Amino acid sequence: MKTDRPTLVATALTLLRSIAPELDPEALELARPLRQQVDLDSMDWLNFLVSLHERFGVEIAESDYARLISLNDVVDYLQARLV
Amino acid sequence: MIEFKLPSLGADMDEGTLLTWAVKPGDSVHRGQVVAVVDTSKAAVDVEIWHDGVVHELLVQPGEKVPVGTVLATLLAPGEVAAPPETVLVAARHAVSPSARKRARELGLDPDTLSGTGAQGSVTLADIEAAAAPSAAPDRQTEMRKAIAAAMSRSKREIPHYYLSETIPMANALTWLLQRNEGRPITERILPAVLLLKAVAMALKRTPELNGFYRDGAFQPALAVHAGVAISLRGGGLVAPALHDVGVKPLEQLMRELADLVKRARAGSLRSSEMSDPTLTVTNLGDQGVESVFGVIYPPQVALVGFGSVTVRPWVQDGEIRAQPVLCATLAADHRASDGHRGALFLAELHALLQQPQALADAAALPATNQGTLT
Repeated sequence: MKTDRPTLVATALTLLRSIAPELDPEALELARPLRQQVDLDSMDWLNFLVSLHERFGVEIAESDYARLISLNDVVDYLQARLV
Repeated sequence: MIEFKLPSLGADMDEGTLLTWAVKPGDSVHRGQVVAVVDTSKAAVDVEIWHDGVVHELLVQPGEKVPVGTVLATLLAPGEVAAPPETVLVAARHAVSPSARKRARELGLDPDTLSGTGAQGSVTLADIEAAAAPSAAPDRQTEMRKAIAAAMSRSKREIPHYYLSETIPMANALTWLLQRNEGRPITERILPAVLLLKAVAMALKRTPELNGFYRDGAFQPALAVHAGVAISLRGGGLVAPALHDVGVKPLEQLMRELADLVKRARAGSLRSSEMSDPTLTVTNLGDQGVESVFGVIYPPQVALVGFGSVTVRPWVQDGEIRAQPVLCATLAADHRASDGHRGALFLAELHALLQQPQALADAAALPATNQGTLT
């Protein structure tokens, strides 16, 4: 599996769009808090993390949720665990 | 002969369009089986049947819009034999003008199945053209807005609401949940929303007058708690389908079923029982960051429980001020069915239950028979 950063960003965006189809990937700012930009409730958020877990096989501890604010944070988190 | 009628799939529905049949004449069906898909103004709904039997005749065709209560199909009860066809039905058919019949043949329509607007109900060329015209795709947004407007206007017109609120310390519940989820794979974790739903169902044991329906001038308590979970739809609007038997299901099962319900609500594939069963509604606007929500009751239900966001606030406990996560729970209830005093008892019980999350989980683990019905 390719795990370079652009691939991770693109995959994360695809998974996010399957949860929030109205999302415009072009308009999303990677460094800004995700939930300020996309209407995600706690179930959507959990589903997003579950889909990342299923795609990449990365365990995401609940105590780490608070660190995952922007899409960059999410990608950093994945990248650190995929190498 | 059993008549299968179009059920009401919510207070805001008075007609529906049959989209497809999932069965055909001669098919055996069993209780709870999805037999048709019906489009309401809110969503396409899988309609279940509540009898065992054999499909005899499908009376409404895909594309037809009919009022609630219309007989959609007839079924033979197990062991029943079909009566010979009634010739009177043929005699009652409307006349079809020759031009209409010709046009119908070109369009592949059966003119005898259409209702006519001509003399003595005869089917005219215009009726055929109208039947063949693709029905304008209903604007889901507009239709949903109308449906919500109708139900909520009725609620505010008919239901004398009273409102109560209670701030509930959540440290115990959230700590317990974090510990419970820690070490479990992400797919087995439980959201706080599930614990809240469970607590609502358990608290209703003490105040059954908040769980049920107000119909024909009287309150009818419900035997089980089917929580209508308010789910916002992407693009606007909401549905509040039932999470069944919240009082007697373990938290893990409720979490799985809630996830499935949200998914299907957004995909537009809810079942008829989920649309018509809720015995009270729970709305959770906490994810949007509001502190509290005072709801509008969905008739014929008699109560709505609202949860805001969990916020850290200064909280006095044992004479000391501490920073503590708290949650505002509200109750909107129907004064025809209950009084503020009983509503207050409900919120106090909810408060108490959420201080003992393990007890909530244990209560759910008991066999259903030990819990009795929530009357």
